[in-house]
Amino acid sequence: MEANDTELRALMRAGLAGDAAAYRTLLTRLSRALRAYYKGKLGRSGRSESEAEDLMQETLLAIDTRRHTYDPAQPLMPWVYAIARYKLIDHLRRTRSSLSEAPIEDAFELAARDDAAEAESAFDLTRLLGRLPDKMRNAIQDVKLEGLSVSEAANRSGMSEAAVKVNIHRGLKALAQMIGREKKP
Amino acid sequence: MKTDELIAMLSTNVEPVRHRPPWRTIGLAVVFGWMTVLVLVLAALGLRPDLFHSASIEPVLLKLSFAAVTLVPATYFLIRLSRPGGEGNAPLALLVLPFFVIALLAGASLASAPATHWDVMIVGHNWLECLISIPIIAIVPFAIIVWAVRQMAPTDLSRAGALVGLVAGSLSAIGYSFHCIDDSVPFVAVWYGVTITLCTFAGWKLGPWLLRW
Repeated sequence: MEANDTELRALMRAGLAGDAAAYRTLLTRLSRALRAYYKGKLGRSGRSESEAEDLMQETLLAIDTRRHTYDPAQPLMPWVYAIARYKLIDHLRRTRSSLSEAPIEDAFELAARDDAAEAESAFDLTRLLGRLPDKMRNAIQDVKLEGLSVSEAANRSGMSEAAVKVNIHRGLKALAQMIGREKKP
Repeated sequence: MKTDELIAMLSTNVEPVRHRPPWRTIGLAVVFGWMTVLVLVLAALGLRPDLFHSASIEPVLLKLSFAAVTLVPATYFLIRLSRPGGEGNAPLALLVLPFFVIALLAGASLASAPATHWDVMIVGHNWLECLISIPIIAIVPFAIIVWAVRQMAPTDLSRAGALVGLVAGSLSAIGYSFHCIDDSVPFVAVWYGVTITLCTFAGWKLGPWLLRW
């Protein structure tokens, strides 16, 4: 498991340096580990599959928007696991009357899990984007969805490059918040 | 939304991100909070008139060191708890130690004085001002430090909130000790102890609500 962490950590470091391909591989692998983790925690009832997918996506967004808090000198999985567990507890608090327990386990266990059976979450990206302020929505639309470079997006919108970056970051954070709030008790 | 779509979005045009060490963000907020406390005390309460007399040095130092001894470890633990997983086996119980020590000192001081002086030693000249001022002044550094912790990613919101309260209360007590003219150890133990504890409790209750992300 430790070897697994070393590999994921290398991907994370590359991702932090701006390597999109490495970051994509990392998120894909984390998504599988998290899917297995949440499915296990939420039980195997019919509802739990999409619930697990919702929670996993929420956690991926949280990992992305909070990646500046990861210390590259530390192992990666304990950091990921702490976020996953935090999001689980938060989710249970909001959706269940009584809080079932989320035991502390070995963070490296998480890296060993894998579930590639993708389901669709209940979140509709287009609709969520539609609720963002124009500047944030356009910045995310141009750079993150259409793949324009930041300078191209800056030219198109008339904003500075720094403003485009800030709007992307704030927009993703706002998306993560909307997803968190969207859950019904 | 399919997870593939989400991952594709997040990994398109990935901006390089530099690790932001929490000690810098939180540390700056603590320093800034401390400066606002000093300004508030100067503007709203004023310094004690005999601050620079030699007889005031010892009591002022006592109050300052009590507040500092609660402040420094609380700041250290807050820095740890502001990143995911930082709460793992942090020996937070250590934080009650300063309160315990000052209670012992207060006990010793009361024991060495006649019982008829006890009420004066505990109630002092202005216990009410102390009880009200420290929590109110603490609101400003509390808000500043909450803002800083929100930039990070705490995963134990009650404990992180309690630590923010403890730090803010200690900062406020440091400021207030330049104004306060009640110098007995029991006074400091009771009123400084109670107000700082109150701030900690408020932070503990508000944490899950203010720090959620």
